[in-house]
Amino acid sequence: MNELSVSHLLGIKDLTREDIELIFATAEQFKEVINRPIKKVPSLRDITIANLFFENSTRTKLSFELAEKRLSADVLNFSASGSSVSKGETLIDTVNNILSMKVDMVVMRHPHPGAAVFLSQHINSVIVNAGDGTHEHPTQALLDAFSMREKLGDLAGKRVVIVGDILHSRVALSNALCLRKLGAEVMVCGPATLIPKYIERLGVQVSYNLREALAWCDVANMLRVQHERQDITYFPTLREYTKHYGLNATVLNELHKEIVIMHPGPINRGVEISSEVADGDYSIILNQVENGVAIRMAVLYLLASKSQLNFKNN
Amino acid sequence: METDKKLLVGQEELEVVLNRLCRQLIENHEDFSSTVIIGLQPRGPMLANRIVTILRDTFKVPAPKLGYLDITFFRDDFRRRQQPIKANQTKIDFPVEDLHVVFVDDVLYTGRSVRAALDAIHSFGRPKTIELLCLIDRRFTRHLPIQPNYTGRQVDAIPSERVLVQWQEEGDSDSVFLVTHKENE
Repeated sequence: MNELSVSHLLGIKDLTREDIELIFATAEQFKEVINRPIKKVPSLRDITIANLFFENSTRTKLSFELAEKRLSADVLNFSASGSSVSKGETLIDTVNNILSMKVDMVVMRHPHPGAAVFLSQHINSVIVNAGDGTHEHPTQALLDAFSMREKLGDLAGKRVVIVGDILHSRVALSNALCLRKLGAEVMVCGPATLIPKYIERLGVQVSYNLREALAWCDVANMLRVQHERQDITYFPTLREYTKHYGLNATVLNELHKEIVIMHPGPINRGVEISSEVADGDYSIILNQVENGVAIRMAVLYLLASKSQLNFKNN
Repeated sequence: METDKKLLVGQEELEVVLNRLCRQLIENHEDFSSTVIIGLQPRGPMLANRIVTILRDTFKVPAPKLGYLDITFFRDDFRRRQQPIKANQTKIDFPVEDLHVVFVDDVLYTGRSVRAALDAIHSFGRPKTIELLCLIDRRFTRHLPIQPNYTGRQVDAIPSERVLVQWQEEGDSDSVFLVTHKENE
């Protein structure tokens, strides 16, 4: 198969296993491209992409922007702060105004779950979800699985534990869906208050004990506690959270086995992960960032390849 | 639909042709100290491997540099084809800055792949010269002003025909076929 089954990337939920494999195969070639002396290809030179970030972001925004530039696309950046959104403009109006400037693709991060799906139903453009609230973050899940596969080979039967604030994490949901599609076993681990109800229905196991979960797994993906999305207190103190769910060298040494440590960033050093572990030999956190550019190039390239240039109507 | 397969070049003849191409390369590049051979994906690398093997084993050229170049991201028909093309591996472990580059491909048809390759190779530096070696040159079919420097055999074929180069490494004998698809009456 040379083509994605979807026209937008809204979530991992909509992708088939073949889609994911195609994105990985393409990303491998783009990874080679971004390691060349000259790291640019002309594929998307006739495409304009708007990056709409209605929520803060460092890695994802830079990574998308770099991916777009490496593909020779024209890039338009938009942040909600300092824009007309604060004057009361609706999402559809904002995006339609941007599209009037002849934009072909929209990469959007938004605090509301479902914002990307909503946009895809009302806007005539290709939408890439760069994170919608607590819902999905598909490119992060793809780059995480891609990085795991690079380290461990085929993911079928591999055991991955996602630790932390599962309730508020779009990374957790997208990762769980993606890993399940690739045949990996998934466990989520965290305080009971931060584990969503019915999560077992996604085919994932639940543990409330970090040591047990780590003893079970091949890969540990440590998530940040998302204070900005928490309107009530889910655990007594941060110190207590770190004591029970923080990953440090002592916990790691007790395992007597090698596991792969991942983190989607931003890291709260000394909370969910100690500096020693984050910067240690088992950590592939910086590989994740490098792979992020290649994965996003692959996604943009494959989505763009589905839209045909039409000279007759122009 | 029926397929008609006509042998153009057989195993023995192909061996003679490959040896001749290698001699021609040596004439221009001597010991290959400042020359690199680049096979164009997807079908060029097999020919490039073979050429390098013959240069090394038969003509005792000490290990000419070899790379593979994929041109998918440099194609001029992106978003114009019905079916997108899947990218292949590029493997060039050396800069080509100031070196003589020889592109190697099995069949030269429209010249568009070579045009893309001329573009793509510059990601690895600015070569001193670029030459083109092809096993089969389909005459009178070029869309661009591109001609090979080294040709194995010239073939006249109409657009509905396909020239197929097969290699031992793929499980077949070394041979070149002209394949015609015939509509059933």
